[in-house]
Amino acid sequence: MTVPSHHPAERALPPTPRPADKSRRRILVERFLRHRLAVIGLLILLALMICCYGAAWVAPHPRNAQDILTGALPPSSEHWLGTDDLGRDYLTELLYAGQVSLTVGLGVAFLSTAVGTLVGAVSGLLGGWIDEVIMRITDLFLIIPAIALLALAMQTLSPSPVTIVLVLAGLGWTVIARVVRSQVISLREKEFVQAAQVLGSSRTQIVLRHLLPNLAGVIIVNASIAVAAAIILESTLSFLGFGIQPPQSSWGNLLNQAAGLVGTPKDYLLYAPGVAILLTVLAVNFLGDGLRDAFDQQSRQS
Amino acid sequence: MTSLTSDTGNDRPDTATDLLSVRDLTVEYRTDTGHAAAVERLSFDVHEGETLALVGESGSGKSAAAMALMGLLPPSARVSGSLRFRGRELLGLPERELRAVRGRQIGIIFQDALAALNPMMTVGDQITEAVAVHAPGLGRDALTERAIDLLGLVGIPAPRSRLHAYPHEFSGGMRQRVMIAIGMANEPDLLIADEPTTALDVTVQAQILDVLRHVQERTGTSVLLITHDLGVVAGVADRVMVMYGGRNLECGDAESVFYRPAHPYTRALLDALPRIDRRVPRLTQIPGQPDPPGRRPRGCPFQPRCSHALPEVCGTEIGAAVRLSDLHTTGCVRTHEIALATDRDIALATDREGDAR
Amino acid sequence: MGSGKVTEALRAAPAPEGRHSEGRGAQGRGRVGRSRQMLRYAVRRLAYSVPVVLVASFVFFWAVRSTFDPLTKLRQARDPGVLARESARLGLERPVLEQYGLWMKAFVTGDWGVSTRTGDRAQAMIGSALGTTLQLVGWAVLFAVVVALAIGTYSAARQYSAGDHLLTGLSYLGVAMPAFWLGLLLIQVFAIWPREQFGLEQPPLYFVGLHSPGMSGVNADYFRHLVLPVMTLTVGLIASWSRFSRASMLEALNSDYVKTARAKGVPPRRIFLRHALRNSLAPFVTVVAADTALLIGGLVVTEQIFAISGMGRLFLDSLLAGDVYVLLPWMLIVALAMVLFNLAADLGYALLDPRVTLR
Repeated sequence: MTVPSHHPAERALPPTPRPADKSRRRILVERFLRHRLAVIGLLILLALMICCYGAAWVAPHPRNAQDILTGALPPSSEHWLGTDDLGRDYLTELLYAGQVSLTVGLGVAFLSTAVGTLVGAVSGLLGGWIDEVIMRITDLFLIIPAIALLALAMQTLSPSPVTIVLVLAGLGWTVIARVVRSQVISLREKEFVQAAQVLGSSRTQIVLRHLLPNLAGVIIVNASIAVAAAIILESTLSFLGFGIQPPQSSWGNLLNQAAGLVGTPKDYLLYAPGVAILLTVLAVNFLGDGLRDAFDQQSRQS
Repeated sequence: MTSLTSDTGNDRPDTATDLLSVRDLTVEYRTDTGHAAAVERLSFDVHEGETLALVGESGSGKSAAAMALMGLLPPSARVSGSLRFRGRELLGLPERELRAVRGRQIGIIFQDALAALNPMMTVGDQITEAVAVHAPGLGRDALTERAIDLLGLVGIPAPRSRLHAYPHEFSGGMRQRVMIAIGMANEPDLLIADEPTTALDVTVQAQILDVLRHVQERTGTSVLLITHDLGVVAGVADRVMVMYGGRNLECGDAESVFYRPAHPYTRALLDALPRIDRRVPRLTQIPGQPDPPGRRPRGCPFQPRCSHALPEVCGTEIGAAVRLSDLHTTGCVRTHEIALATDRDIALATDREGDAR
Repeated sequence: MGSGKVTEALRAAPAPEGRHSEGRGAQGRGRVGRSRQMLRYAVRRLAYSVPVVLVASFVFFWAVRSTFDPLTKLRQARDPGVLARESARLGLERPVLEQYGLWMKAFVTGDWGVSTRTGDRAQAMIGSALGTTLQLVGWAVLFAVVVALAIGTYSAARQYSAGDHLLTGLSYLGVAMPAFWLGLLLIQVFAIWPREQFGLEQPPLYFVGLHSPGMSGVNADYFRHLVLPVMTLTVGLIASWSRFSRASMLEALNSDYVKTARAKGVPPRRIFLRHALRNSLAPFVTVVAADTALLIGGLVVTEQIFAISGMGRLFLDSLLAGDVYVLLPWMLIVALAMVLFNLAADLGYALLDPRVTLR
């Protein structure tokens, strides 16, 4: 035996810092921050949220300050985005409308993620007829076009931000439930979960300690997708006249009112709400990409 | 740094029997902190008709060396040194001329045949493609006949009926045979087999090695067998080269390397193998981890894990290779001292073992 | 060494591992077996989707029935007898499930009822709307597939080049762009502004309907109407499909089998077409078919903006008018289209990827 099993410690190089030594969260944050577009997206989103929710302080003019005599004016140094037919400052209107749009987007994402995760996890864990029933229900939603379903629902219910959130979440949970279910099923077969079962961990323990942490990535990424989808769907519904109704306003609803102005001198009212939607959705998508990359690399390494 | 290592692998002058001669091959990748060398100043020769085994752990640079030979490294890799194939320099050859070499003069077999075969093309199409690329004038029937011959060569039964099957319809061993058929499509002078048996069951491994030998006997091709498994090497290789940390640590005829290993790393590798011919209290393992490219020490790459290492000797520039015989060289500068010490160690260890019982 | 011994023993007979050990389908199972397998799969899938479609349509029926009153127009009638007679004829007093059964029976026998909004037969209305929508979808998908494949292939071939970055950036914009806003912008940019700038009588591209009044057929007028709605539809499709195509193309290009092809000495052009593009097509076709399914009933916005009488606009008009006899068959037709396109997506995948076994 020429190779000694004892080894002079002083000759070993200092141990290289291994990823496992750092906290999981810090690695995630570092990876996310390396994704430049995602950081930009996050900053844009934060700026939009501060401006919209802080509209009372940020907005250049008080809300609903009408000046019917002047009416619609193109953008000027006084009114950066011009004024609408009632002489209201359009930037101010836009910021307040953003409150509704953003709230709907975030609310739908939160609600549909919560419900979808729960239902998907139950479906994947229990299997059997419960799984079968839940999956057939989500099948139903795949068959009827979303916009038709939403329009019908909004026609039936009284349109308000709350019903819009409920209706959109009622559609959105199916998407997340499917994703979570398939993840749970594939995790269930993984060695570490089976090992935990063999070791006698209870079902709740397995869910809390093994499944949820591993699902976090999928859930967060899909939640960000849900925000973008909800903002677009809300604006589309409002644009078609089934969503937010005046005097309340959202970006989609502003566009609905401006839609008839194509080709008229007042067409400047058409641009700002669309840019606001585009910017928000873009920022959310960048954010989602960054999150996905961060979580993807993690799952590849572990 | 003078070119002291250039005679590590082979110290005879270039002769007609040298099919391939590699000198000071260095492969570097750009990293966040600069350049990391996967292969460092590697030199060796492959002779006509022989099988040279390149042995090393994963990360030792053996696959990077093979891909450098094929000119298939990613653009981010920087390659320097010299690769002479039949006297012709391959490094820096324009892509078009390299393509004429690939698959025709040098063939390659990859480890994972399932991934390495196109899942959406029939096996027949993939073999005929390899032939047709280098023989544009060949007609369809001739190509088909050639494919059938090749499948027969690698021992696939009923080759004609298997032409239209897809890779997923074959077993792992059969897929690797198809890979060999593709590698041999134009009867290249050199066949690189990159871990050809690693993904296979042990019994199938032996069959694949046998097919390789059979093919070699029939065509006279040289084989560069890349593996981490000394067990695979034993029955097949004429010569063995042991790589670690991107460098050639020991090179010699198979018998010398196996029975008179000179480098502490080679010995450690051999001791880590299960033996049936000797009673051993337990298998030894090599302490520590190989250092990744870019973090390797100066001098001998194995010294951080080597029990014989003396920093003042091993930590300086890597010295001239020590010639043990015409065929056998080692990169370990302390070879002779260690050899003396080891003989004593063995005597002592045997005593201790006896006492412990 | 252990395996040396094994090799020794086998040297005498370099035999294969068993006969056809795992080799499933040799040659015979080829084309014929596969097409029969696909047919069986298609029939089974359709059979499975019948209950799903039925339940979906019942839920929809129930929702529509509890929302709208098919007798709205008769409520004002002086003679209460008319109301009662009509109500009895439609079976409105019976349980919903029974009403659904009656309606379904009529639907299957081809009696879809009459629109309360226009007085036309629902069948004819949906037929013509479906034809219009299929025209739009057909052109849009055709155009989007060609452009998306071109962009995806270019971006994958020149990964990280300036062109790739530009196209990737544009695709982000395209995905995030709300379709209705895009439609309005396109009208502004391609119809209104040129007319104003050059003092034209007619805009270069129209934005109302698919034909000028009194015109029909496939001619210059048709295409001048078609460009803007098709562009509105395709920007989003091109954006997401080109990204998908780029990703699956890159996956193929970085695969081991492409490395094998390069090691064979195959020229880059052939590697690109025969290996990478060919192999990336299967997932691409699936995505295209699945997205196309969504378009059949989902063109509400585009058709509304460009006043095109397709399925989406028919739905909106019927919904606003509470036109039950159009809404119900509309939903059923759209659901069937969804089922068929999704089936086509699966079959397409199986057709293009020999590894897929349909069960």
